[in-house]
Amino acid sequence: MESPVVRFKDVSYAYEQKNVLTKINFSIPKGSFMGLIGPNGGGKTTLIKLLLGLINPDEGSIDLLDQPRDKFKEWNKIGFVSQKANSFNKGFPATVFEVVSMGLTAKVGYLKFLTKAHKEKILSTIDQVGMLDYAYQNIGNLSGGQQQRVFIARSLVNNPELLILDEPTVGVDYENVQRFYELLNRLNTDYGITLLLVTHDTGTMTEHATDIACINTRLHFHGKPEEYNNLTDRDLSKLYGHPVNLVTHDH
Amino acid sequence: MLADFFEYEFLRHTFLTGLLIGVIAPLLGTFIVVRRLSLLADALSHVTLAGIAFGLFLDKKFAVGITPLYGGMAFSVVGSILIEKLRGVYQAYQEIAIPIILSGGVGLSLIFISLADGFNTELFNYLFGSVSAVSKQDFLSIAGIAIFIVLIITLFYKELVTLSFDEEHATVSGIHAKRIHLLFIVLTALVIAASIRIVGVLLVSALMTLPVAASMRLARGFKQMMFLSIVFGELAVIIGLISGYYLSIPPGGTIVMVSIAILLLSIVLKRLTWKPRKVREA
Repeated sequence: MESPVVRFKDVSYAYEQKNVLTKINFSIPKGSFMGLIGPNGGGKTTLIKLLLGLINPDEGSIDLLDQPRDKFKEWNKIGFVSQKANSFNKGFPATVFEVVSMGLTAKVGYLKFLTKAHKEKILSTIDQVGMLDYAYQNIGNLSGGQQQRVFIARSLVNNPELLILDEPTVGVDYENVQRFYELLNRLNTDYGITLLLVTHDTGTMTEHATDIACINTRLHFHGKPEEYNNLTDRDLSKLYGHPVNLVTHDH
Repeated sequence: MLADFFEYEFLRHTFLTGLLIGVIAPLLGTFIVVRRLSLLADALSHVTLAGIAFGLFLDKKFAVGITPLYGGMAFSVVGSILIEKLRGVYQAYQEIAIPIILSGGVGLSLIFISLADGFNTELFNYLFGSVSAVSKQDFLSIAGIAIFIVLIITLFYKELVTLSFDEEHATVSGIHAKRIHLLFIVLTALVIAASIRIVGVLLVSALMTLPVAASMRLARGFKQMMFLSIVFGELAVIIGLISGYYLSIPPGGTIVMVSIAILLLSIVLKRLTWKPRKVREA
């Protein structure tokens, strides 16, 4: 079996003496589409921050693409689309082309300029997410769903092996959420990009993901969507530590 | 109308210096405006005044000749670094660094001015700008600064834009946000020190922000906004300098009023050409 893209070994993290994550052991298989779910304050965002190297674990270790995170240098192989992508400065006068080109800044490196090949790559990536008609529009003039596609392109332009999305569909209407998931499935199956999607929309998630991990300080569930769907409400209450109403989509 | 500017050497130096700051002030201003740091320029210009006052004080009391331009530049750069440090200390209230440095600059200026026995015309020129204050030496120094700034902005353009647009993403992707930000703020300090001769302490921030505010209404994309603000900046400097000279008004005043006129025109133009349209979903 191929080695996983991400591996957490006994990772714990506390913030002001409160345990946010305790003894987390989990890995993301290469080529999977993993949905990371759990209640608010359950540690999902903390887990992403640990993964991205924005904070350090108190205990345990994290491997990225078979390297210890502290020695990991190939950050351009890990794409990140933040929740904040929804609340960026809408007045910022950058075209879609300019925003996507920013994805290449770190990869191209200091004191170097974008070449013609880079520019072609930027345009083909914009095409990949279906936004070519808007390449020279200001990003502030686009809808929320379109902007989210542009932010995905900004990560994709680096040919990442892993793409992390933190609540990307907040504020996007149902129909566009479906199209958004179609895009994600295409990236996963056609381009072989491993996806890690953080969400609390468990209904849509179980339809599309290949793996589900449920986190609430501890890792409470890690398996296939079918297994997750077979959990009873009682199991889920145990997971979340309180009774839950499943978010369902009856359309 | 331009004849005097070619005939008299001091006017020629003023005019050429004006053309240079018409480029570099809006160039840096573009980044200042999109990062919502418009007041930063004001804080730094007041620190620059303290440096100039310090230079005048040394000159008057001890006859130690420091070119005011260099005194101002030194204070401005130190002030910019202090602002960065203060922003680190007050992470949750980063904007507080600006009034601290601004009032510190004014306080120091007042002390040096009174130690140097009060106001004089030279100081007045620094406050509001002057058409006759630029020496050949000043012109050459400012030309050097301008070349340096354009070079650095060209080399670090993509990092500066990436960082201004989304600091979190830039940091995650491995850009050294802190170092680039420090570089940016030091460049801002240099631009301010260079511009003060012509537009003056009180109005230098206007030349950095008003042309950008105008081009923001009209431009598509960041690069276009940058070039358009330079065009507006140049227009303001050229019209402002010539009219200021013939009307005997400090050029700071005329340059800023031309900038405001351009800004109003751009708002009106946008209103006239803007058609409400529904944004199509992807």
